[in-house]
Amino acid sequence: MSDLNNKNTPLLTLENIGKDFYGNRVLSGINFSIEAGEILGLVGENGAGKSTLLNILFGMPVINSTGGHEGKIFLDGKPVNFTSPTQALAAGIGMVHQEFSLIPGFTATENILLNREDLNPSSMSYIFSERVSTLNRDAMEQRARAAIHTLGVNIDPDMKISEMPVGYKQFIEIAREIDRKNTRLLFLDEPTAVLTESEADILLIALKKLARSGIAIVFISHRLNEVKDLCNRIIILRDGKLVKDSPAFDLSVREIASLMVGRENKTENQNLNNDTEQKNNNDDSDDENLKSKRKKIKPALKVEHLWVDMPGETVRDVSFEVKRGEIFGIGGLAGHGKLGIPNGIMGLYPAGGKVRLLGKKLKLNQPRQALNRKMAFVSEDRRGVGLLLDEPLDWNITFTAMQVQGRFLIGIPGIFQLRNEFAMKRTAKKFIDALEIKCTGSNQKAGELSGGNQQKVCLAKAFVLKPEVLLICEPTRGIDIGAKNLVLDTIREYNKKNNTTIIITSSELEELRSVCNRVAIVDEGKIAGILPASSPAEEFGMLMMGQNNTEEVENL
Amino acid sequence: MIGKFIENAGWPRIIIALFLAGLFCAAPFVGVRVDTSLSNTLVRFGMNGVMVLAMIPMVQAGCGLNFGLPLGIIAGLLGATLSIEWNEEIFKKIIELSAQYKITWLNAEFLNLHHDAISFASAIIIAVPIVAILGWFYGKLLNRVKGDEMMIATYVGFSSVSFMCIAWLLLPYKNPTMVWGYAGKGLRTTISVEGYWLHVLSDSLAIDINEHLRIPTGMLIFFAVMALIVWIFMRSKTGTAITAVGSNPEFARASGVNVDHMRTISVMLSTILGAIGIIVYEQSFGFIQLYMGPFYMALPAVASILLGGASVNKAGILNVIVGTFLFQGILTMTPSVINSYLQTDMSEVIRLIVSNGMILYALTRKVRAGR
Amino acid sequence: MIRKIFDIIAGNAVPAIFILISAFAIPYSGYSASYLIQELLTRIGRNSFSILALLIPIAAGMGLNFGMVLGAMAGQIGLLFICDWGIVGIPGMVLAMLVGTPIAIILGIFCGGVLNRAKGREMVTSYILGFFINGVYQMVVLYLMGWIIPITNPALLLSRGYGVRNAVSLLGIRGVLDNLIPAVITGTNGTQQFLNINGANTFLLIQIPFIDGVIKIPLATFILIGLFCVFILWFNKTKLGHDMKAIGQSQSVADSAGIAVDRTRIIAIVISTVLACYGQIIYLQNMGTLNTYNSHDQTGMFSIAALLIGGASVSRAKIINVFVGVILFHLMFIVAPMAGKNLIGDAQIGEYFRVFVSYGIIAIALVLHAWKRNREKEAARRNLRGGK
Repeated sequence: MSDLNNKNTPLLTLENIGKDFYGNRVLSGINFSIEAGEILGLVGENGAGKSTLLNILFGMPVINSTGGHEGKIFLDGKPVNFTSPTQALAAGIGMVHQEFSLIPGFTATENILLNREDLNPSSMSYIFSERVSTLNRDAMEQRARAAIHTLGVNIDPDMKISEMPVGYKQFIEIAREIDRKNTRLLFLDEPTAVLTESEADILLIALKKLARSGIAIVFISHRLNEVKDLCNRIIILRDGKLVKDSPAFDLSVREIASLMVGRENKTENQNLNNDTEQKNNNDDSDDENLKSKRKKIKPALKVEHLWVDMPGETVRDVSFEVKRGEIFGIGGLAGHGKLGIPNGIMGLYPAGGKVRLLGKKLKLNQPRQALNRKMAFVSEDRRGVGLLLDEPLDWNITFTAMQVQGRFLIGIPGIFQLRNEFAMKRTAKKFIDALEIKCTGSNQKAGELSGGNQQKVCLAKAFVLKPEVLLICEPTRGIDIGAKNLVLDTIREYNKKNNTTIIITSSELEELRSVCNRVAIVDEGKIAGILPASSPAEEFGMLMMGQNNTEEVENL
Repeated sequence: MIGKFIENAGWPRIIIALFLAGLFCAAPFVGVRVDTSLSNTLVRFGMNGVMVLAMIPMVQAGCGLNFGLPLGIIAGLLGATLSIEWNEEIFKKIIELSAQYKITWLNAEFLNLHHDAISFASAIIIAVPIVAILGWFYGKLLNRVKGDEMMIATYVGFSSVSFMCIAWLLLPYKNPTMVWGYAGKGLRTTISVEGYWLHVLSDSLAIDINEHLRIPTGMLIFFAVMALIVWIFMRSKTGTAITAVGSNPEFARASGVNVDHMRTISVMLSTILGAIGIIVYEQSFGFIQLYMGPFYMALPAVASILLGGASVNKAGILNVIVGTFLFQGILTMTPSVINSYLQTDMSEVIRLIVSNGMILYALTRKVRAGR
Repeated sequence: MIRKIFDIIAGNAVPAIFILISAFAIPYSGYSASYLIQELLTRIGRNSFSILALLIPIAAGMGLNFGMVLGAMAGQIGLLFICDWGIVGIPGMVLAMLVGTPIAIILGIFCGGVLNRAKGREMVTSYILGFFINGVYQMVVLYLMGWIIPITNPALLLSRGYGVRNAVSLLGIRGVLDNLIPAVITGTNGTQQFLNINGANTFLLIQIPFIDGVIKIPLATFILIGLFCVFILWFNKTKLGHDMKAIGQSQSVADSAGIAVDRTRIIAIVISTVLACYGQIIYLQNMGTLNTYNSHDQTGMFSIAALLIGGASVSRAKIINVFVGVILFHLMFIVAPMAGKNLIGDAQIGEYFRVFVSYGIIAIALVLHAWKRNREKEAARRNLRGGK
């Protein structure tokens, strides 16, 4: 009986896994299991909860320090609860992260065997510790060679990481996990993102080979074709819930895409569509009214062949037009360049191409130019770029206006001007009241506020500039649901009241569809398509997954 | 409540403040007059205040503690020595110019009356352009080595001091009060400013409360004026931008501020204040100390502002006043009180431990300051 | 291409400049070859050990260990004790090392702990830490010794009865290591004369025709330094040395591989501190007098300057840099005052010049390092971008 039981016990079982960060629920009721030798595809939009799930399984400190998780994890039928990655490693769980974790000056061998080196026996090690034994370079090289060989690639074990092409580095990362004698379960987070097509093919073959040797693999990727091709089973996460767990051959790429982004709740969708349609109608009537005028007026923002060199968010060639008074959305998966567009237009990262603002050419690469031309920017990196965490709110709200537009100053312009604390406070107070920023007063440090309130401060900072065109990145990232709606309402209202052109960049498609008139989807640094917000969700999904040709998918 | 206060002020500060208070309490029992000590503390406060003030702009701009203060100091020394070297020429020139432009009040009598003050002013006027140029280059250098400013500042300071050691020997100074008597060239290690601008600030408007307590009003007013200038500057548009750069350079950049430019301005200002600071110091001390004299002068200034509650990236006028008073108070009180109690001079050791302990505390705290 | 040229220049410009300065200054100094060789040999023996002590923290990515003066102070305390106990010769030296070791270990652990709290600014912190511990050292030596810490030898104590004198004679151990194995270089002329006097005692005698007079070689010290070099080479091959290299390159990767980063960093500093302690003892046995309150002051600065002159940088240093550095630095040190005097008529200038060079070279090395690091950061950022 027990024997039989053992045979049927899956390698890893998750029971009702859930997690919330300070009341912000990111995962709930996740149940699935994985057998030895199985390849499981895990897909979902950014923010669907994949990384949190990985962090839980891998015992990352970020989970423990925020109160642990709900539910139970069983490994070989025994409950486990990892509190550090080291424990997970010891239990045989390997992980290849999106970012390389390699030492550039070390050779492939040294990296594969880092902290698991073969040592020469030494009498000194009895007196002190193992660490004073010398390394057995020959044995190490053999092991490294074996691990690389398993992957079916040909990399010199003596080659330094810094001299390797990106694809090789990925193989070294995987070889490191394979070399661990006890690795039974391997998590791969977007391993093919940095590989060329042929390299990716080699990797997929290698992974299948690994799986045949009994290692279970969890494969995370946005390239749905790969997932479908490689995996036995696919699990789809959306909004922290498991929405589909099914054999891979039962699902088409199109189905996967729509499950990833689509809303099941039809009524909500309907409402949403009505809402946006209404807006579109308004827009149309606007168009009617202003038709003659519109014809003459140049678009608020016209972007032609823009490229932006923003690390991790490279924009390659992007062209689009935004009408006056429009709310324009830019969506797409993380890392494909959607954030690079507004950052590039604002001059924060090296950029090229043509940008015309209200018909006049805008000089790129100089934030000051963009600000002088009455553009304002709300950064996605609130704590890093958006705020002066150690300074009071009135500073945060008025600083840019003071520096760029010379407001909140008294004295002789160009010669000597002092800041007008009174005016600063008054303005800060006005926005604190108007946006309902929860704080003890305009003297409070920005760093002490909650995420949602910080975001409102960032918006206030932009509003103070009285912009013609407002660029907002990730307006609701990292803030709770209640605050989300408040922030979105604020944006909507501002647009309505001032007829300000607003460009919102967000990872959350639903959010874009609910606020914007039109949404552009960015894929691999290019615009995959621009659709009215009322278009069905799955069309956006297909664009995001790089499947802009529907027939092509059908053929698969 | 008390816990919070301690947390805000930091243990070392409280220990040192209590220590100082203890010294003042103990003073009468070992035969040290409190008023004499207070008087000395005030004099030292005035002497060192401006140099401590020189820390503010750089700290606020995120360039860290200005261990490169000696760079400003040597420019101050140049100004001081040149003002003595050219003293007669300067006065001749002023008379010439006043005759030329018919400025009647600017006559020989007036110049005689205010000889010291004018000499002092000339020292500062000579020093400032020199130090502004040095500071500009120094600022450009620090912009290229972001993240390592403090260590590099230290060694820039040291190198400039030792470079000037060679210069003091070689520069063609002629004034017999300054050059070595036997060789007729090369500046002396210490040069008296008597007859030029000795105590020009210390003695003006000084108030004698009694024979032991003398308030150097002129020097304190000078410090107050300098502090006011810094205070106003930090509240100007540029000063605000500098503070934002120190607080979050990315924020400042996204707000259209030229980060490197602001940092350069703050470094120049710091260096200029250092130059003025040393001239103020010398007029009270009575001597210009050349060669290795300025070598370690940054450390007490750095320690003072930290003692006053500043951190590696935030500092204000109040930190300067409190810190300088505490630090100089300890320096004056320990020799007098502890020496009479223990019959030994522990002041040097206490100075080393307190000042460096304080800097160490600041460096190891708030490791994750900013980003 | 331009980068490559820059890197080569940045890597070797410093030694090259020093060779030029020396080549220019040596003739003006008027010193004879044998005098220079004798001086250099002495100084290599005297200083190399302390400089070698800097290598390990550099490998561990902690930069130049300005905190090595802590080890120097520990060594001096050891020497003070053996002077008090009247133990002379090699046993005295060994005992001084034994006394110094635990003190150096404790100081090293403290230093390592402090530096772990100040990651990213280890150098300035270790530098200030040197001053701070100097204060504590002065307190101990000037007030506690002879009062709480028993020191009985009146020759050591100040006349007031406690506190150690400013200058302590180390006659008991002076030169014991240097002269342990007698070895000399002589010219053909001087040989017979020398043999007549010292004959049988000489272990090694090298004849070089153009040398006049007798040059002593501190052979035992050289052997010790050689052993130390072997130790470093061996250490680099151990797991511990390997881990340190990994930490030096990337703390986060080392950490995620399960290497105890903080602990390993402390070990690096402890090793460096203990070795600096021995280095100071070797230095002082050569000097023969201990300036209680000053001897350690300059150790850190001179050692660091010498290493950098040898072509090392803040993040890379090899054994060869130590010896190139010690030769070039001290060559300049010896000839600068005389050359200054003969050129400009003032020895003082040469003296200030060498001080300026010491500080200037450290400043330049630090600037180059920070500059290069910022450029590399930029390059790494560029690599992160999707291939283009």
